[in-house]
Amino acid sequence: MTPALGMFLLFVLITLVITYWAARKSQGAAAFFTANRRITGWQNGVAVAGDYMSAASFLGIAGLIAFFGYDGFMFSVGWLVAYLTVLLVVAEPLRNAGKYTMADVLAYRLNPRPVRAMAALSTLTVSTFYMIAQMVGAGALVTLLLGSSHVSYEMAVIGVGILMIIYVVFGGMLATTWVQIIKAILLMAGTILLSLLVLKHFGWSLANFFEAVTHVTYHDKGVLVTKNFLEPGLRYTPANHGALDLISLGMALVFGTAGLPHILVRFYTVPDAKTARVSVVWAMVLIGTFYIMTTFLGFGAATIVGRDQIAVSGGNNMSAPLLAQALAGDIFFAFIAAIAFATILAVVAGLTISASTSFAHDFYTAVIHRGTERRPGEEVRVARITAFVVGAVAIGVAILLGKDANVAFLVALAFAVAASANLPVIVLSLFWKRFNTTGAVLGLATGLVASLALIIISPSIMKVDPPGVVGAARHLIQHPPIFPLENPGILSIPLGFLGAILGTLLSREPRAESRFAELSVRANTGLGAEKATTD
Amino acid sequence: MPSDDRKNSQDATPIVGAATDIAPLGGPKPAHERTADEEAGLVDWEKLAASDRFRDLLKAKRRFIVPAMIFFIVYYFALPVLIGYARPFMETRVFGPVNIAYLFALSQFFMAWVIAALYVRAAARFDKMAAGVVSQSEDAAPR
Repeated sequence: MTPALGMFLLFVLITLVITYWAARKSQGAAAFFTANRRITGWQNGVAVAGDYMSAASFLGIAGLIAFFGYDGFMFSVGWLVAYLTVLLVVAEPLRNAGKYTMADVLAYRLNPRPVRAMAALSTLTVSTFYMIAQMVGAGALVTLLLGSSHVSYEMAVIGVGILMIIYVVFGGMLATTWVQIIKAILLMAGTILLSLLVLKHFGWSLANFFEAVTHVTYHDKGVLVTKNFLEPGLRYTPANHGALDLISLGMALVFGTAGLPHILVRFYTVPDAKTARVSVVWAMVLIGTFYIMTTFLGFGAATIVGRDQIAVSGGNNMSAPLLAQALAGDIFFAFIAAIAFATILAVVAGLTISASTSFAHDFYTAVIHRGTERRPGEEVRVARITAFVVGAVAIGVAILLGKDANVAFLVALAFAVAASANLPVIVLSLFWKRFNTTGAVLGLATGLVASLALIIISPSIMKVDPPGVVGAARHLIQHPPIFPLENPGILSIPLGFLGAILGTLLSREPRAESRFAELSVRANTGLGAEKATTD
Repeated sequence: MPSDDRKNSQDATPIVGAATDIAPLGGPKPAHERTADEEAGLVDWEKLAASDRFRDLLKAKRRFIVPAMIFFIVYYFALPVLIGYARPFMETRVFGPVNIAYLFALSQFFMAWVIAALYVRAAARFDKMAAGVVSQSEDAAPR
């Protein structure tokens, strides 16, 4: 057994013990969906960070910086800044006025059935796309980290899928929360340790470190080049509309993070809005520190390991683990690999529970059964079944796509839908008295359709591949892209708002307007907010 | 005062309830036992929404949140815009090899933290104002 496999199994064992403990402790709907709203501020903050920082952040951004220098670092900035929208606009009103999902806030003054149906559709779209991207990534990574002789892609995907189903089905929100907390602590510890080792390598001198970053040598198309990695332009160039694409991505992050269902459900796990606020601040401290440290991880990998070496040892996603191996040997490589594995599991568990909560609460109970549970505990039972189905579908799709599938755009798509469909209706419902059901349904639909359509005609899916690109790596539509940017936000977000506003102006809904006073008082004061319950 | 007809003298439940004790059956529930739904019916939302205290709270929040949002959005999007359209300026070196581009990207993290810290301080004031609005509703609500 390799050290990496040993550490993977240790992590799995610890999380299964937590799931067992959580399963014995959790009874009833409030426990399953919200951990009885008794998670403390720091715990939830750490869990939000654990829910948010995916393997794409840990391995992906370190790799982007290792390969493209400054442009990779610039890419990482928006992921923290986006939390200001969560802090200033969404977290507290949502906690005050909702129960389990974001649709609770919409359904307050709007016609619940159409609004919840659309909100559930949008939530499931965001969660499943994001999850499929994570699962394909997980399968490819686990095989790389453990060595494909030990674990095949299919086994890795099935393993990750089964674990996430176990956490959610048996342990509910409490187990998911603690898996996320442990993962976030491990991730921070690993990143700090790796950063310190990089600094040590440069004699504890930032000057030496940055000096090395200014001349990174690697082969570009067979030619040996030396580049200053502190200068922009290695990835985002005028030729590929770099600035515009970055602005578009920035919009999707700044408006989308506050509309990500798996982040939003976390704010229902704390006792009140004030704790929700404290937890966002905790999350911001962790996430910000982490992304600043990616400087050391990425630049460290570029200077110490080198881009050529990374390219032949598994590609840019392997930058951080290879850096660990170069600095401190196989055991540290195993530790960083285990952290990457923990990272994936915590994120997919968060996605699974938000998807199943939305389906059970918004769609099954509210839309199909008009808001009444026919038997006590039915909602939780449906959520458990949904978690199982969602997990099984994600495993199946990830295996069908295969490990070479180009799935990075699914993450861009998830953020775009969250920003273009979810955020406009949440904001307008909280702050615009005139807003109504037609507006919400049309806003959600436009945001969803616009994001999907623009992604399909973007270079992520529509592109003419050079000869030699075969199989799953080929673009689906062999045609020059109609929409030039990889991130649709710049167009789809205004369209989402436009749909919501035009829909509202098409009709009048006196009931929605008359209940605005109640929603506004609740959202801003916490009067009548859902309280923490006992075990 | 009800007579003590309990068989088990070991039962330590007090006979006369203080406000924190279990509510007697049938009477109105004390505030801490009401569920969210029960509380909703007790509040005159229209009146609260129109009250001066609540309007002051909304005004105070708006005065902080709107400028903060505008500032951070402008500051953040300045980064890709400047990188895209003012690259020579961004490549100016400041400390040794470290250029404006890197420092400006790094400053975004501190900008976000500073705004978050300022908001937490301001929100302590909003919490007090919100408590004022809530106490107003409890004065009016039947017990």
